[in-house]
Amino acid sequence: MKNRIIRALALAATSLLLWGASANASTLKLAIDADPVSLDPHVQLSGGMLQYSHMVFDPLVRWAPDGSFEPRLAEKWEVVNDTTTRFYLRKGVKFHSGNEFTANDVVFTLARLKGSDDFKGLFEYFTEAKAVDTHTVDLITKEPYGLVMAMATYIFPMDAKFYSGIDEKNNKPKDLLLKTDYSFANFNESGTGPFQVVEREQGVKTVFDRFADYWDKETGNVSKIVLTPISEAPTRVAALLSGDVDFIMPVPPADLDRIEKTKGLQLVTMSGSRIITFQLNQKRRPEFANQKVRLAMSYAYNNVGVAQKVMKGFATPAAQNSPKGYQGHNEALQPRYDLAKAKELMKEAGFADGFECTMIAPNNRYVNDEKISQAFVSMMSKIGIKVSLKTMPKAQYWDQFDAQVADIQMIGWHSDTEDSANFYEYLYMCPDKETGRGQYNSGNYCNAEVDKLTLASNSETDIEKRAGMLQKVEQILYDDGAYVPLHWQNLSWASKDNMNTQDIVNVMNFPYFGDLVIQ
Amino acid sequence: MFAFTIRRIAQGVLVMLIISFIGFAIKHNFGDPVRELVGERVTPAERSEIRERLGLNDPFLVQYGRFLKDAAHGDLGRSFFFKKPVTEVIAKKAPATLELVFCASLIVICLSVPLGIYSAIHPKKFFSRLIMGGSILGVSMPVFLTAIMLIYIFSVELGWLPSFGRGETVRLFGFWDTGMLTKDGLRHLIMPSIALSSIMLPLFIRLIRSEMMEVLESEYVKYAWAKGVKAKRIWYVHAFKNTLLPVITVGGVQLGIMVAFTILTETVFQWQGMGSMFIESVERADTALMVSYIVVVGFIFVVVNTIVDIVYGLVNPMVRVTGRK
Repeated sequence: MKNRIIRALALAATSLLLWGASANASTLKLAIDADPVSLDPHVQLSGGMLQYSHMVFDPLVRWAPDGSFEPRLAEKWEVVNDTTTRFYLRKGVKFHSGNEFTANDVVFTLARLKGSDDFKGLFEYFTEAKAVDTHTVDLITKEPYGLVMAMATYIFPMDAKFYSGIDEKNNKPKDLLLKTDYSFANFNESGTGPFQVVEREQGVKTVFDRFADYWDKETGNVSKIVLTPISEAPTRVAALLSGDVDFIMPVPPADLDRIEKTKGLQLVTMSGSRIITFQLNQKRRPEFANQKVRLAMSYAYNNVGVAQKVMKGFATPAAQNSPKGYQGHNEALQPRYDLAKAKELMKEAGFADGFECTMIAPNNRYVNDEKISQAFVSMMSKIGIKVSLKTMPKAQYWDQFDAQVADIQMIGWHSDTEDSANFYEYLYMCPDKETGRGQYNSGNYCNAEVDKLTLASNSETDIEKRAGMLQKVEQILYDDGAYVPLHWQNLSWASKDNMNTQDIVNVMNFPYFGDLVIQ
Repeated sequence: MFAFTIRRIAQGVLVMLIISFIGFAIKHNFGDPVRELVGERVTPAERSEIRERLGLNDPFLVQYGRFLKDAAHGDLGRSFFFKKPVTEVIAKKAPATLELVFCASLIVICLSVPLGIYSAIHPKKFFSRLIMGGSILGVSMPVFLTAIMLIYIFSVELGWLPSFGRGETVRLFGFWDTGMLTKDGLRHLIMPSIALSSIMLPLFIRLIRSEMMEVLESEYVKYAWAKGVKAKRIWYVHAFKNTLLPVITVGGVQLGIMVAFTILTETVFQWQGMGSMFIESVERADTALMVSYIVVVGFIFVVVNTIVDIVYGLVNPMVRVTGRK
């Protein structure tokens, strides 16, 4: 009797274990650290929302791997005059709702972008979009602007007809932008993109089906994407290793090796464009107003060592803000770790005995942010600077950062415009509450030359000249020791090896899932 | 009995008020939820405008008063992230957590009773020593470590069980998403339940063992032996009954603690219940959701403890006597 029960239980247990779901070849099970916060692409300017936009919407143009612009909804474009760029739109493109895509949708979308808290800053140079005919549209800027095409990568036309009218649920316009409440656009979408949302439970999963009438028939064969947010890095990796998901991003540095060595998986990494820096507050700490002290700190910080040891090779050491490929990237600038030189500079500055200062850093915002900060503290102690470090979660960090509560503050920056001027504008121009420039310049570094060159570069449309200006700024910041540059965080994706992962990922970290081919 | 119950409920309400106040005080110092809602480019002026619109600039007591007023009407606020009332979000997530706690409790009860009794009756046998040794190991191992080990052994290395999530769910009565009616859902339940029970199981084995051993030493058991009652009857009927009384009390409290422990288990297994929801709301500074979770879990604690006290009163008349005065 007893034996029979045990046997029955064992049988039940094993059969429970062996039930497995069979996978469909063209379904992609995707795990990301967080899912899109909304279905409305204009509600937040963040990496996650832009990744979503590339799945469900299509931009006018998008970045190609070589830094050029690839036509998407705009087939070609031309400069009409200093302030007008004309886009010829693709014909026969359908929205998910079935509506035809026309120039009106671009006009509608740009107007909506200018009304979005998050995007209006990016589009402040634009006055409006004007429909010339049904499939031609002019983008008009206030003054000559060098980044019209870069900004066109952020214009994902939304279905004007679909988002017009009054929503019955809350008696408000359907195109209303709301961050914290129900709105039609937060819960419904109609884009022209390769995938449409068919099922969504926020924070649990989102299911995308391939849009049957998608205009681009030549790429990609994924018919369905099941996106699951898995916030815990080890669980995300385990899900990939056990075959429960097919594609994960990001990959935690600790597991890179393991994934690379696992048969049937592939790992793609690439140097990213988010620069990590320490800002030295010259207003709080008079010592930092001394250029020699600032330079000494840059010389005392071993970027290369940290990238290798702390970041485990998952970072590219930096001596400037602009990564390779940006117009402002200055080849001449190299990491300059030299402890003897640093000590000498401290002596020259009259601080041979060093001094004490405070520092804050987040502990869950950037890869290994806390460890990097600790490494920095110990390196500074070698030139006599005693740093007392406090780290905190990002939810509390940014208020403290804004209040400039410490002498040294950590900040990482990714340029939304994929352009060098964006770094200078936010991190190094003289802080000015009126214009919002230098909004994240907690070092209070201020140099008239930097301001002048940065502003001039915005309206310079000659690429050669513009690159010259931007590179010069990079040189000034380097020579001045305006900040301590650390590294660019690398990007990583891991997937099964039966798909062309390396072809769809890019330095912006907007994987083009529409182009993914699963064999 | 009636007065006793009323008193307990009044105490419960007081406890809830204190919990909500503490929760709210934490919320107030937790950082700026607006930061999580906007991109990095948004200027401080615009951020402060959004704060104003959300009523976040009001003084602490004004906000707390508003919260209490709304809470009295059953409205705990809105989640910024989910863009829905928090009661709706929590109601949606609660089934996942409750099913997990239920399964873990089932494991605890089904294993701790026989193992506890066995090791009390035969304290010197090798198997009993093994149980005791194992339970020390179980108590001292953190839940998340157990969870990660389970994932690596059974999902990654052996490939027997799914590594995360709830799997396929079925909707019951129009609101309860259950994973207990599908094969896939049950497979997903196995590891999280084991991980969650790993803390309570050793505790209960030890509790039952020590209580049982004490009862076995008592006069009436000795008398029963002397009378020649069969060993099985003494163990499983006379002694075990009296072992249960303290176990029920502790069990009630532990059930509440188990709900709180789901935070770790759910996070590791990406189990979409209230626990992982809480951690995420902390990370996003989604303060309304954070406070509501604390209040709801506090409520569960209060309810469970009140029920335990009432049941205890029914079983043990001495409690009632003091309650009445």
